[in-house]
Amino acid sequence: MDLLTRVLFTLLGLFIILNWGLLMNAIMGKLTARVGRRIGIRWYQPWINLVKLYSNRNSINHGVMFQLGPVFRLLGGLGIILFMPLIYGSEFFSNFSFAGDLVVILYIKFFGMLGMALGAGEGGHPYSAIGVSRGLSQVTAVELPFALAIIALAVQYNTLSLSEMVAAQQGGVLNWTLFTNPVATLAALLSMLGIFMHSPFDLVKAPNEIPIGPPTEYHSSYLGVLRTNAAILHVAEAVLFMNLFFGGATSWGILIIKTFLIYFISVLVGVVFPRFRVEQSVSWFLKVPLIIGIIAIILIL
Amino acid sequence: MSEDKKNTQHSDEEKIRETREKFLKDYNKKRKVETPDGKVIEVDPMKDYFSQERPERKDPHKGVIEKFINWARSESIWVLGFGTGCGSIEIPPLTTPRFDMFRFGVAMRPTPRQSSAIIISGYLSVKTLKRAIRSYEQMMQPKFVLALGSCTINGGMYWDSYNTINRVDYYMPVDVYVAGCMPRPEALLAGFNQLKKRIREGRAEGANEYADNFDWYKANQKKIIKDWNMPDYNW
Repeated sequence: MDLLTRVLFTLLGLFIILNWGLLMNAIMGKLTARVGRRIGIRWYQPWINLVKLYSNRNSINHGVMFQLGPVFRLLGGLGIILFMPLIYGSEFFSNFSFAGDLVVILYIKFFGMLGMALGAGEGGHPYSAIGVSRGLSQVTAVELPFALAIIALAVQYNTLSLSEMVAAQQGGVLNWTLFTNPVATLAALLSMLGIFMHSPFDLVKAPNEIPIGPPTEYHSSYLGVLRTNAAILHVAEAVLFMNLFFGGATSWGILIIKTFLIYFISVLVGVVFPRFRVEQSVSWFLKVPLIIGIIAIILIL
Repeated sequence: MSEDKKNTQHSDEEKIRETREKFLKDYNKKRKVETPDGKVIEVDPMKDYFSQERPERKDPHKGVIEKFINWARSESIWVLGFGTGCGSIEIPPLTTPRFDMFRFGVAMRPTPRQSSAIIISGYLSVKTLKRAIRSYEQMMQPKFVLALGSCTINGGMYWDSYNTINRVDYYMPVDVYVAGCMPRPEALLAGFNQLKKRIREGRAEGANEYADNFDWYKANQKKIIKDWNMPDYNW
């Protein structure tokens, strides 16, 4: 397959993922509303919000880094999709995955956050700075058990390529990492709660406390970019977990069902538990998931 | 006659300048500071930190595009979490199952930068007027104002109060009034629907009105706010 076709199919995959991400956000919003016995937003609300944000008539600039912040954040989301094999066995939707794509994806996942931290810092609002410091300290604690789980997987499958990991899990549900290495899966799923940043780990945007945190100063199309990225990123991370632990997907239908269920775990935990304080959150990640992660490493050696 | 007028205008400006000198916070005053490398420079925070530009008129698009965008704007009204007076207690119930404003595409935002509508929810004291103006001016265009309760229309029961303003319309362009003392959340929802209708018809151009009649609005505001210690336009 030549490069142009590959790029076009990557863009098509991105388009599907963007729309699925927006729809998923709406469905989750609706589910949360139903838990509170409300009717909730319309299913097409995220698209309307995007149109509105991109068509605002003016915007204020706080400096170069402020403008680059959303761009870096978007790069974080796009980068994951770029190197992630979406559909197993499909030549068209393997995107640009290669032998070491897992390492690149883990790096890019953090990159967007750092870019956003710099951009939000230039916005100058105190809540931005508080949100950024909370976010970075939590992400550092989250990455540890997640990295341990991934190292355990890399040793188990003897590869750093996502495609090969997915290939190793084919041939039945019992071949999924969920069943072949449940300890690593548990460590990663617990750290996933911190990655999706729903309650009890929604320290960064902390509604009613430091309202929305880092993007406080972001507006109009800047916020539009951030929201677009949020939709992509949620699906991208769910696809990452699907590829690592739940046997990947062989068609778009399976991808949609699996990413929905994976994302639903964090939403479900979110509607049940209230928010942690930052020190509680960090110490929780350094206790429970980290210990499970270490056990996963010990077991695999 | 005209000379008289000029004189009074002149003294008005003088007065504004004086009050500004008087009420300006120390950290906003013009002063000399020493830089880390030993140079002494003069800083004027009101000029250095704040933009001196006036608001500009932003013309809408033409035809179908504007109609579509206006529809999107009307279906996604983000309200600034800003409470004044007794009406602020009527807003939180809108998020509860009984009223649930989210099904109308109305949501609360905590920052003026992301909001498209501000609710003046009841009487506006002089002190709050200043904050309301600052918040309103920081919102992105197009922006809408919804005034709640009779206090915002003619002062209501506070019409002869020494400390509250009588008519919000003099200080910022109001799109929709919701009358009553105090209107119930249902009335507020009806107000939102009225606002949506107005946006869809393309009549909610309050921000442009504000930009066009900027001097008039500023004069009205400065007449009421005696301790004017902020830039003329809060970007």
